[in-house]
Amino acid sequence: MHELGITQSIVEMVAGRAADARIQRVTVEIGKLSAILPDAIRFCFDICAQGTAAEGAALEIIAVPGRGRCRDCGREQAMDHWLASCACGACGLQCIAGEELKIKSMEVI
Amino acid sequence: MCANCGCSDHDAVTVTALADGHARPAEMPAQHMHDHDHDHDHDNHAHGDHDHAHPHAHNHNRPHHEHEHGHAHQHGTLIALEQEVLARNSQLAERNRGWFEGRNILALNLVSSPGAGKTTLLERTIRDLHDEPVISVIEGDQATFNDAERIGGTGCKVVQINTGAGCHLDADMLARGLKQLAPPLDSVVMIENVGNLVCPALFDLGERAKVVILSVTEGDDKPVKYPHMFRASRLMILNKIDLLPHVSFDVERCIDYARRINPDIEVLQLSATTGEGMNDWYVWLRRQVAVDHVAEATP
Repeated sequence: MHELGITQSIVEMVAGRAADARIQRVTVEIGKLSAILPDAIRFCFDICAQGTAAEGAALEIIAVPGRGRCRDCGREQAMDHWLASCACGACGLQCIAGEELKIKSMEVI
Repeated sequence: MCANCGCSDHDAVTVTALADGHARPAEMPAQHMHDHDHDHDHDNHAHGDHDHAHPHAHNHNRPHHEHEHGHAHQHGTLIALEQEVLARNSQLAERNRGWFEGRNILALNLVSSPGAGKTTLLERTIRDLHDEPVISVIEGDQATFNDAERIGGTGCKVVQINTGAGCHLDADMLARGLKQLAPPLDSVVMIENVGNLVCPALFDLGERAKVVILSVTEGDDKPVKYPHMFRASRLMILNKIDLLPHVSFDVERCIDYARRINPDIEVLQLSATTGEGMNDWYVWLRRQVAVDHVAEATP
């Protein structure tokens, strides 16, 4: 549900920066542990971009894998889901990557 | 369409102070700029019969066939943006946070699925505490004044925000609600968010803490099914514990799940209907209020 509004925000932010240029490509970073579905963003993007400087632009989504740091032993490791536990036996990794929701760049002509 | 929640224009957000009963449309000009009321023909584009507005006037004169052919092999200029998509909401939330701090107000964001007992918990809390501390309430629902009327029945100040199709409150809606509410200095503002365990986790309102309420008539695996919300919350309240003998809810398993998601989460068990365990909640609440006073007394 919230992906539609978030896509609208992305389009407004890039279109606002584009001024008179036309946007060819938008690159967005979405963490795999964020509550954002990339497919839903893709689905909404073309519709939201219609009538803006981003109309017809390609959307590139960089999926950022989750990484966590063990609260006990401090080891950094891959974190695929929120219940991931450390090999040392402790559970509760502190998430250090994977929650991104960021517009990285855009290409204009 | 709203930039944050995707709500449609005809379901515009309204903010209503129950004292005078007049709904005021919450003006959100930056977010509602895309009026879908404007015919526009696209040369060489098959867009069907839909109507849509073009806030960026420079686009009108651009020959649209270029989109498909003219620039297919041109290299554009790369502009680094590095912009958080939710930055605008975060900025507004920080303004709300300053607004609360300046008034020595403790703001709590109450989140849960629909029917977990947020409103009943608030009604009982307000009645039991007798203005120590003074509590006022922002009610968030998609539609109706029902919850605000229930809270208003306790005699406390309340403002209803109806989000229309929106599935959560955002910082801008809260700022507008607070202007209507005008809570007193040195008090508590309870923000009852739209019943939803997903989206409200993403939107900071400027509150001191989120309090997630989970009733034992729901599944005990809710913390792992909706990890973002339980991770974002400082306190989990297990409500309706008077019903435990009649349901298969495993309290220990639920708490274990919640702590695996969020090792720092505090947990209280209570029944807002029978009053069992409510005192622990009042102790927790007053401790949060006291933290505010200490912070203010220590420059």
